[in-house]
Amino acid sequence: MAEMKSVADNDRPLLIAEDLAKNYGRLTACCDVSFTLYPGEVLAVVGESGSGKSTLLQLLSAQLVPTSGRVNYRMRDGVLRDLASLGEAEQRFLFRTDWGYVHQDPAQGLRMAVSAGANVGERLMAVGWNHYGRIRHTATSWLERVEIDTARIDDTPRTYSGGMRQRLQIARNLVTEPRLVFMDEPTGGLDVSVQARLLDLVRTLVAELGLAAIVVTHDLAVARLLSHRVMVMKAGRVIETGLTDQVLDDPREPYTQLLVSSILPP
Amino acid sequence: MNTPAYNFAYLDEQTKRMIRRAILKAIAIPGYQVPFASREMPMPYGWGTGGVQVTATILGPNDVLNVIAQGSDDTTNAISIRKFFAKTAGVETTTSTAEATVIQTRHRIPELPLHAGQVLVYQVPIPEPLRFLEPREIETRRMHALAEYGLMHVKLYEDIARFGHISTSYAYPVKVNARYVMDPSPTPKFDNPKMDNCAALQLFGAGREKRIYAVPPYTSVVSLDFEDHPFSPYRFEAPCALCGAEDTYLDEIVTDDRGGRMFVCSDTDYCEGRQAEGHRGSQSAAPQKEAPRG
Amino acid sequence: MPAMIEITNAEKTFTMHLQGGVKLPVVRDVSFDVSAGECVALAGPSGAGKSSILKMIFGNYRCDDGRIGIRHEGKWLDLVKAEPCRILGVRRSTIGYVSQFLRAVPRVATIDVVAEPLIATGLARETARGKAAQLLQRLNISERLWRLPPSTFSGGEQQRVNIARGFISDHPILLLDEPTASLDAANRKIVVDLIAEKKRAGVAIVAIVHDDEVRRAIADRIVDVTSFAAAA
Repeated sequence: MAEMKSVADNDRPLLIAEDLAKNYGRLTACCDVSFTLYPGEVLAVVGESGSGKSTLLQLLSAQLVPTSGRVNYRMRDGVLRDLASLGEAEQRFLFRTDWGYVHQDPAQGLRMAVSAGANVGERLMAVGWNHYGRIRHTATSWLERVEIDTARIDDTPRTYSGGMRQRLQIARNLVTEPRLVFMDEPTGGLDVSVQARLLDLVRTLVAELGLAAIVVTHDLAVARLLSHRVMVMKAGRVIETGLTDQVLDDPREPYTQLLVSSILPP
Repeated sequence: MNTPAYNFAYLDEQTKRMIRRAILKAIAIPGYQVPFASREMPMPYGWGTGGVQVTATILGPNDVLNVIAQGSDDTTNAISIRKFFAKTAGVETTTSTAEATVIQTRHRIPELPLHAGQVLVYQVPIPEPLRFLEPREIETRRMHALAEYGLMHVKLYEDIARFGHISTSYAYPVKVNARYVMDPSPTPKFDNPKMDNCAALQLFGAGREKRIYAVPPYTSVVSLDFEDHPFSPYRFEAPCALCGAEDTYLDEIVTDDRGGRMFVCSDTDYCEGRQAEGHRGSQSAAPQKEAPRG
Repeated sequence: MPAMIEITNAEKTFTMHLQGGVKLPVVRDVSFDVSAGECVALAGPSGAGKSSILKMIFGNYRCDDGRIGIRHEGKWLDLVKAEPCRILGVRRSTIGYVSQFLRAVPRVATIDVVAEPLIATGLARETARGKAAQLLQRLNISERLWRLPPSTFSGGEQQRVNIARGFISDHPILLLDEPTASLDAANRKIVVDLIAEKKRAGVAIVAIVHDDEVRRAIADRIVDVTSFAAAA
């Protein structure tokens, strides 16, 4: 994958999860999750329903407070901060600028009643862009980049197909050039051909922009296509972790071997 | 007949203290919506109960009160509220903007510049400028607290995308004291510049929504816009038909059933004042005026 | 010439949990070195573990024990103990791998498949494509195929695309798994020439070749893998 950053940046982790755990009473949603993510790396969190992967994504993006453990994130100024120590204003700012979050259902990540151009431009306006022409120009170029016909810039996402909505959600998230993007089943619910196109787009953008990403998916093919590293989860625990090709070609744990052997051959 | 005895200006003293506290807080935080325990008033919601509560709270026996509605002081609403205060407070009332110490207004700012010592009380239906974009109260409160106003610009962007210009013509959002975004009440955007650096104290009361906010004297009030689509007040094409004023907000009056119409100053007091000074418009009647009102 | 690869007592065993935990030892006590500019050929019967050793050097297979030393950016790195991000760095700038069968991401045009390793090091897309075009031309892949994804190509064509992708960058270590398997004589010669050029440029090469003639042409040393066979 493309790496546009300097070597110095490469050596410094972008996100460090330490012994993350989340319990709801006696129910353990996830526990003992630790890993380090470097800039430009894509990590896939793979598991079946109930594996805790979605809970983990929410913990990592500060949408849930962990029962124990810590998430440290390296801010744009280079300082490593514990997410729990950030004030609400800081967290929300982070969420709108340095991070992206792509929901499985694009309607959750878009303003459905507002035009596509405004959807893409909102984050820019939120950080103080005050020139209509420039906002619109940036929104137009992003629509092009995610292969949405720019003539539809003034249409609301209500008039878009599922695949288009998802691509719009991606544009909306990437417009502030975040360094880390969280994706929750980004291709869930889409037709196969639409999935393929979306994955190709995500692959290209991640490489071009040098994004780091954490992608939750139950689909190993998505993991193989998008990610450098994979973390396999089951019942809230990390079963196996490693480079994607390592885990998929040389699975060691029984559960991983089961998952890999369950993929239908092409 | 046994008329009930009202406390001065109808509200009891404890209620006035509660509202005064809210007003002080509002003045201390310009543009911030302060919740208050809005009382049941002898007029329904939608008839200015918020404005009436604010006026009742600040009125003293030596105040001179004016009430205007849509610029005019002889509409049903204006007359009935003026009578209400005359009856419950016994204060002197006037139709002259210059003579009043407290002016309660529905949806217009007087043309005559206000001076120090005056208070302008606005009647507000929906205090929250973000309400139509973000229906959740929890979310709008958070946006104000964190000064997250990107959404407000989204609304303006949508206008330009759809109509080629910012189409909001009344209740045009403003930024107060460079901090809070505020709804100036449904005054025409024509009036927005008058709010900026005004010598008078501006108080806003929303009775049904139970909010009070304020703009202290000499506070900056800036209409939101884009660099390349700057705020511009509406310009009328012709002067007032009665007094010839070229810089006031005009009402359209239908004069007959054949499509005849004329444009006259919305602010009746101002128009009369100009006519008394000898200014004439194209359709001035003889020196005794009282042109028909719509 | 300096050593680029130092393998000491590497070992690998597969445990097939789905088949009742059956253990399949692959290799044991693998030890050999490869120097810059040298081509070492792994020899041995089919199933002896030659491809597995290549995959272990690339980090595709994980080692159970031992040390796989790689000279990466002037320093020695033990691949067995390295963090995933270091291995990714090694693949990006030090080790190139031409697998037995082309594994390409679907729907990507051939020219982009070949240009990818250069773009990953930061080269501009157009420049990378230019070099990819040169290499594809040399390997007799006709220009009309460059815009197409390679999945519909013949075995020989896919293998040549695979080779182009592996040879395009300046990696100091190359791993080749049957690079000439599906090629005709003319194309075999081109690949042998390419390998010779790489050797002259100081690249350390580990290759698996079944064809005796090709092996003779490229290998400086033969390492017999049967000595590493683990007891079944």
